[in-house]
Formats: sequence, C-alpha cells, structure tokens
Amino acid sequence: MRLRQVRWLAIVAAFALLVAACGRSEDDQGAGGGGGGGAAADPGITDKEIKLGGSYPFSGPASAYRLIADGAQVYFRYLNDKGGVNGRKINFRTLDDGYEPPRAVQNARRLIEQEKVFALFNTLGTPNNLAIWDYVNQQKVPHVFVATGASDWGRDIAKHPWTIGWQPNYVTEAKVYADYLKQEKPSAKVAVLYQNDGFGKDLLGGFEDAVEGSGVKVVAKESYEVTDPTVASQVKKLASSGADTFLNITTPKFSAQAIATIAKSDWEPLHILNNVGASKTLVLTPAGLSNAKGIVSTAYFKDPEDPQWASDEAMQEYKTALRKYKPRADPNEPFYVYGWAAATTMAEALKQMKQPTRQALMDAVRGLNLDIPILLPGNRVQTGSGDGYPIEAMQIERFDGKTWKLQGDLIRAAAD
Amino acid sequence: MTGPPRGTAARTEQRLRAVGLVALAAVALAIPFFFGSFRVGQFTQAIALAVAVLGLNLLVGYSGQISLGHGAFFALGSYVSAILIVRADVPYLLTLPIAGAACFAAGLLFGLPALRLRGLYLALVTLGLAIATPQLIKRFDGLTGGTQGLSVPRPAAPAWSGLADDQFLYLLTLAGAVVMFALAVGLVRGSVGRALIVVRDNEIAAKTMGVNLATVKTRAFAVSSMYAGVGGALYMLPIGFVAPESFPLALSFGFLAAIVVGGLATIGGAVFGALFIEFVPVYASDVDEALAGVIYGTVLIAFMYALPDGVMGLARRLWARRPAAAPPSREQDAAEDGDADGLSRGGARSEDVVQGIPGGSSR
Repeated sequence: MRLRQVRWLAIVAAFALLVAACGRSEDDQGAGGGGGGGAAADPGITDKEIKLGGSYPFSGPASAYRLIADGAQVYFRYLNDKGGVNGRKINFRTLDDGYEPPRAVQNARRLIEQEKVFALFNTLGTPNNLAIWDYVNQQKVPHVFVATGASDWGRDIAKHPWTIGWQPNYVTEAKVYADYLKQEKPSAKVAVLYQNDGFGKDLLGGFEDAVEGSGVKVVAKESYEVTDPTVASQVKKLASSGADTFLNITTPKFSAQAIATIAKSDWEPLHILNNVGASKTLVLTPAGLSNAKGIVSTAYFKDPEDPQWASDEAMQEYKTALRKYKPRADPNEPFYVYGWAAATTMAEALKQMKQPTRQALMDAVRGLNLDIPILLPGNRVQTGSGDGYPIEAMQIERFDGKTWKLQGDLIRAAAD
Repeated sequence: MTGPPRGTAARTEQRLRAVGLVALAAVALAIPFFFGSFRVGQFTQAIALAVAVLGLNLLVGYSGQISLGHGAFFALGSYVSAILIVRADVPYLLTLPIAGAACFAAGLLFGLPALRLRGLYLALVTLGLAIATPQLIKRFDGLTGGTQGLSVPRPAAPAWSGLADDQFLYLLTLAGAVVMFALAVGLVRGSVGRALIVVRDNEIAAKTMGVNLATVKTRAFAVSSMYAGVGGALYMLPIGFVAPESFPLALSFGFLAAIVVGGLATIGGAVFGALFIEFVPVYASDVDEALAGVIYGTVLIAFMYALPDGVMGLARRLWARRPAAAPPSREQDAAEDGDADGLSRGGARSEDVVQGIPGGSSR
C-alpha cells in the first residue's frame, strides 16, 4: 500500500516536470530568435526579421475583408524578395477573428504575449480595434494603420498614443458626401441604412453634423446588426419613407443585399454607397451590375480596373507582384490594392525608424509625409504630433454600369 | 461513496480520488509558473469554463434535466460582474457572489417551466434562451454597451505578492473554482445529491420517498445557473472585455459537449471537459483555419467513440482493470459503476432521455 502511494507521488512529480519542460521550451521560443539585435531592441525585431501581427475576419459575415490581409501579405513577400526593410525581412502573422471583438482580444493577446510580435499592423474592424484599444496601449505595443476609418484613432492621441488609423476616416468620408449633396442635390431627403456599431454610427454622426443647417435632411434611419442574415426589411421600410436619396453605410455583404432589394422595388433614389462597400467584384457584381448603375461612392486609391491607370507605374508594379505571388487572385479587386497600399505605408514607416524599438516606430509613424504612388494623384500620407489621420482626401466616383468613373477633384476634408 | 465502505473496492476508489486530487492540485498550482502569459490565460479561461460546466453537469448529469441554454446564464454572470465594475465601481471580488445570486434568481424563474417540460421540450425552450441572448444584450445597449461590448479594467496583482498579473488572475480564478467545486462535492454527497439522483432515475420512486419534485427540480436549475453565472464572471475578469459575440450558441453546445467529454454525473469531469473545449478549437484552427470547425467536430466524434463515458469513465475503467487487483468480473464492474454516485454510462443516460419524451408529464 505504501509502495503504491510512493508510485503515485512519483507519477505526480514526473508530470510536474513534464509540465515544466513544456513551459520552458515555449518561453525559449518566445524570447529566442534574437540573433544579436541591438541591446535596446524590443521583442519581435532582430537584425534579420521584423515580426508583425494582424487580426482579420477570415471567416464570418465580413470575411470579404480577408483579401486586405492577402494584399498586404503579397506586398511584404514582394518586398522581402527585394531585400526587405534595411536588411530585415517582414514576417506578417495573421489570425482569424471572424469579425468578433472577443476573438480579436484573444488574438491580440496571443500575438503580443505568445508570438511576441514587434507591432500590430492593420488589424481590421472598428469594434474589434476598439476592443483591443486599451489593452495594446497598456502593453505599449504599436497598433498602427488599423483597417478601419473610425475617427476615434486620431482623436484620442493623448490617451492612446500607440494607435493610429490609415484610411480616410468616416467623418471625413461623410463630409465628402454631404458636400456633394449640397452641391448636386441641395434639398435632398436622405434615408440612411447603417451598421449598428462604431463604424456605422461614426459615419452617420459625421453626415448628420455636416448637413446640419443645410437643405439636405435625413428623413429616415434604419440600422442592422452585422450578425443579421439580411437587411431587406430595413431597406423596404426606407423605400416607403419618401426619401429621394439613399445613404448606404454597410459592409460588403449587406451593401449587395441593399442594392438588390432596391432594384426589386420601385424606389429610385440617388444611391450613395460608402467606400467600404464599394467593391465591384464583391458587391456590385453579385447584386447585378445593371442594378448598380448610377451609384455614387468615394475613392482614395487607384482603381485597378480604371483604364486610365493601365500604364501607371505603381499599378503595374502591383499587378505584376500579385500575379507572381498570388496567381489565382483577381488583380481588379480593390481590397488587394488596399492591403498593398497599407503595407507600403508600413514598410516606409519601418524604414524611417531610427532605432529597432517600438517607441522609435511610433516616432516615425507620427511624423510621416509620404507619397504612396498607388493612392490617387495628389493624395499623401501625412501625420504630425497633433494630426492622427494619415490620409484625409477622397474623390467622388460614379458607377457607369461597367466601371467606377472618378468625378471632379480630390476633396480634402479634415475631421476635427 | 455515499453508502458505507464495502471492503477494498470502495477503499481503493477513495484512494484513487485522494491521489487524483493531490495530482490535480500539484499540476494546477504549477501551471502559472511554467507557462508563458498567454498560455496561462488560456488555462485561466479553462478553469472558469470548468465552473460553468460543473453547473451544467449538476443539472444534466445529476438531476436529469437538459439545458441547451447555459450560455445565457454564463453571459448574465459576465455582464452583471462587468456592469457592476464599470458603472458602479463595485470591487471585483464582490461582483462574483452578486453575479452568482443574480443567476440563481434567474435560474429559479427559468426553472419553473422546467417543472412542466422535460426531455426535448425543455431542451428547446433553453435553446431559445441561448439564441436570444446575444440579441437581448444588443437591445439593452445603454447598459451593456451593445455591439461594442464593455471594456473592464483587469484586476492587477497586489504588489506584495510578487506575481505577474496573469499569474495572479490564474490563482484568483483557481481559488474561486476550488470553492465552487468544494460546494458541489458537499451538495452531491449530501441528501440533496441523493434526491437529485432519485428524481433523475425514477420520479415515482422519488415521490413515494417524500422528495418534493418541484422544489428539487427548480432548485437544481437555479444552482446550476448560479454556477454558470459565477463561471461567466470568472471568465470575464481576466479577459477584461465582454461583447455579445462572446456568448454564441456554440458556447452552450460547448458546455454540453464538455460534460459528456468529461463524464456525466462526475465532479472532476468538468475540468477535463473544460480543458477540451478551451484547447481543442484553438489547436484545430492552428491546423487549418478554414477547416477548424470540421476538425473540432471530428475530434469530438472520435472522442465519443473511444470514450463513450468520458474521461472520468475511462479513469474508472482503468482503475478497475489495474493488474494489482484481482481481475474484476463484469458484474463487479457494473456494481462499482452503479455505486459511484449513481454514475451511469453514456448509453444508459441517453436511454433515460428518450424515455422521458413520450412519458412527459404534460401528456
């Protein structure tokens, strides 16, 4: 009997040792790989490699956005084959969050604590980034060029110095639409469909502020949850509101549903579709190109399908790289261009970093003045210690039944 | 266990438990000091899940009622704790019993229909609860933060402890879980546990023995909900964030899978079940992100084929077949099974459930 107890104790001890062994090896993995970076180097950066992390919806209702991660990945591979950033190769680790904030929190913790990334780059989704916002800033990990246009990222630099956006923010975009309507349709009666989260409320709020006191009036509003199966009933309600203009603040799946629902009704509003839903391949084609004729949206980078950029150097560089590293991808898909352009910005910021530290990266990120050639001509990435909005100019575009056609000039509209 | 010792079989069983407990405690205490902070965080979550799984096992395994909606009580506990901390500055430790009490009350209310419904009918009603939960949370966005969720300040390790935050949170959760598990052991071994089991196995017999069916069933539901609520609060604290998507339908099913994986009507099984639902999906998505769900499902099915009576059932069988003891006959084996807190095998349980449908008291 006594013998048996001793045997059990031995088993317990052995198990504890096993656990210990596992733990050690994991720690080694995390801390290791530092092949002689500078003494002051932070985690995730060595003389040979920079490890970046990002959380994207590879599954779920917003999985169309995964193409952005692919576009960024292609740029980094293209850059690595050219020698990387100052001799450092970029290793971009992405995880799936299904567009669910709780999973984004898990992913951020995993990327920072277990994968030991140097910085989080381009994590997608307004609610997801809001969920990890406080955490990454407590950890003092750069949380840069997030793939969301919420105005929060640039508004709160003092409390969240480690976070910065990239694309034109939704308030800027809303102002561009408001200005367009004031000029083209000064007494527009607007019906709004919006996603009931930070993204939708940001754009809606920006629009309402911008049209205040003008002849443009919001006469009806309907919201939906990103988990809803369809927005058909909301669109039908809006159609019966008597509005003559439809502001469509939706993510791709719902953008397509809204276009298709309107086509089936006898409502013929001026349709303004927000930039995040304006993909031809993912939204307009499934909804029917003829149904999409006349839709107005905004752009800030070159549309790969627009014939005027066919011989554009930056566009050709992008298309060649995409064909080489992702042969089955459709280069006309603008989400790839988005990822490519954001990754280009990231590489430039890393290039300007004076030391291999997270603080040095943020210093570089806060003082950018870049010409990213795949953006629309004249559009620049500009930041300053008080300016947390990298891209702030957009141009109106109109869908002619085949492609998007740029209208007028680039409009600069700063959020405040 | 509950009966008087009957010679070596009962004594060795007791020893098995004691040794198992010591081993578990040793491993549990070692974990935060040997793993990286993210891994410790996963174990912390598994422990919190184990509390909820235990609660569901009290209901399903011991009292024989089915709930597909324990994710709802888990969510309620999480949100009660989160809202109290964020909106009312209540100290986080105090929110744990409050979350438990709130869920006890909610479970008591919800336990009333459980008196009239059984088997599949009860399963459907609770399923509805689980489906409605994320939507309900979104509707009360003034309180819950809606889709945006609530960020809750994570408890920090006290300076004197010398622990890192993740280690402190792990030990805190572990302490909470130990209290809940100890309570459950007391409950199951006492008259309440016997009442639950007899209600599950034969309601008429229970009645004739003077068991008040209504009281036992509603209380079982309430206690079970309380466990889910405390589990939810413990789960939320180390993450420091709640959103409606934290509580999908899959969570409620996960709990059910966990009690079967761990072993129905066992206390210790909850730990294994929780480890299973915490870690297997993560590893599945490491293998292939697109096929994660398929892999998880396949592993679950394979698990059920290999271990129909769960991890605890396997432990029992291994113990019964140990070479040191005289080779047990089949009858002895079965007798031991029947003895151990009325543990029934997976097959026997599903039979009960099926029988429960046509014989439902609503007819």
